[in-house]
Amino acid sequence: MHEVVRSGPQAAAKPILPVSAERLFVRRKGRVLLDIEALTIGGRGTTVLVGPNGAGKSLLLNVLAGLRAPDSGRVLWNGEPPNRQRYCRFGMVLQRPVLLRRSVRANVEFALRAVGSSAEQARAQAHRALEAAGLLALANASARVLSGGEMQRLALTRALAAGPDLLFLDEPTSSLDPASMQTIEAMVRNASEDGMRIVLIAHDLAQARRLGDEIIFMHRGKIVEHAPTDRFFGAPATPEAQAFIAGKILI
Amino acid sequence: MQDFAASFFEAFRLVLGLDPGLIEIVLLSLKVSMTAVFIATIIGLPLGAFLAVTRFPGRGIVIVTVTALMGLPPVVVGLVVYMLLSNAGALGPLQLLYTPTAMIIAQTVLVVPIIAALARQTLEDLNGEYRDQLMLFGLGSLARLRTLLWEGRYSLMTALLAGFGRAVAEVGAVIIVGGNINHVTRVMTTAIALETSKGNLALALGLGLILVIIAFAVNALVFLLRAAAERSAYA
Ligand SMILES: Nc1ncnc2c1ncn2[C@@H]1O[C@H](COP(=O)(O)OP(=O)(O)OP(=O)(O)O)[C@@H](O)[C@H]1O
Ligand SMILES: [Mg+2]
Repeated sequence: MHEVVRSGPQAAAKPILPVSAERLFVRRKGRVLLDIEALTIGGRGTTVLVGPNGAGKSLLLNVLAGLRAPDSGRVLWNGEPPNRQRYCRFGMVLQRPVLLRRSVRANVEFALRAVGSSAEQARAQAHRALEAAGLLALANASARVLSGGEMQRLALTRALAAGPDLLFLDEPTSSLDPASMQTIEAMVRNASEDGMRIVLIAHDLAQARRLGDEIIFMHRGKIVEHAPTDRFFGAPATPEAQAFIAGKILI
Repeated sequence: MQDFAASFFEAFRLVLGLDPGLIEIVLLSLKVSMTAVFIATIIGLPLGAFLAVTRFPGRGIVIVTVTALMGLPPVVVGLVVYMLLSNAGALGPLQLLYTPTAMIIAQTVLVVPIIAALARQTLEDLNGEYRDQLMLFGLGSLARLRTLLWEGRYSLMTALLAGFGRAVAEVGAVIIVGGNINHVTRVMTTAIALETSKGNLALALGLGLILVIIAFAVNALVFLLRAAAERSAYA
């Protein structure tokens, strides 16, 4: 249970922002999956990524997170290539969260130990995080037997517990009931107000409105619009975005 | 028929009476096979782990080879180890032929591919599932591997048990390099072969009984480990 030992307290970690991308290009079997001229994530607030299925939203987040190398172009974290070990104040919840084969509590503690917390610190921090997320009753359950919604809540709790400066969320509420969705949205809003920079993928446009300070609209691997939330929904500049907001199918 | 019944009766008497001759053979068997599995784990697990998480030219060929070696015929392994250890062989000066050490070497050769191939499969599947998440935790490659080993511990133990099952039950390799010398290199399988051919069915049956019990116990253990793995994964 104590296999993660890392030196260096997380407080001393380097700031990760701004995260920027230049001329990102990903192609598979002749199909362009990602084609981004330039993108910078800095400052404060929450950015919501929207777009039809297969637009490349998850792929873009994965590339920005340093999990996938683009075919060309580059991603920079505060001017350097992504390196999760040097910039540990970064968190991400994957579209399909991966939970370790251990208890709910141990999952959170593992993430905290990985960023340098001592065993006792991790135990106390995990306890607080689970309490805040309403997961304390499940703390000793095996993480792999949770319901889909509980897994998503745990994955978010685990990512938040380490106190990242930048948090990527890939559809964090996709399988949640309305009450859990409100809990999660409140957690996201609180984190954002505390200064955490958040990039979130959403399918629910109402959620995008509620949480987003700005919207990035993607279609066929490209960023079609990048605008403040009010402007995006009030006066979308492109026919694609207009159609998307109107609920028409985009191919 | 009468004879067989008497042999069965005698066999049970030997087993239940913990006959010293029989116990000696069983203990040597266990010692040889467990040592072989232990050494094979030290070699096979890192090999499997390496193949699971690295990419290099020729990796596919190595994996196919290791997997194919799982089916090595024990007599052939016995023959090769015999040639290595015999006076004319590369390791001849060590004078290991017809010692338990020779049998351990032969069984280790048999078991390494089993452990390496099964560990490779287990860890590669796990790595596919976990890689992104472990990267997000900020773990370096060694810490990621350590986590995979822990997460896959039940499946990996199953691999060790599979190796042990093969080692303890094989006869071809140990009879060639061990020579089936009484009180020195006589293990269960070679004793069964010898006693049967001598017509001493009682001892052969007694040993056979124990061998079957060991095989059952190993499989029961595998079953329990699977159940534990599923409990930790889904239940
Ligand atoms: N490794 C890969 N190999 C081949 N195709 C891929 C790969 N990864 C992603 N794709 C393709 O890239 C496209 C974009 O995928 P992505 O997961 O980014 O979509 P998305 O916008 O997140 O969609 P959704 O809203 O359904 O989650 C999809 O068509 C997908 O099939
Ligand atoms: Mg997606």
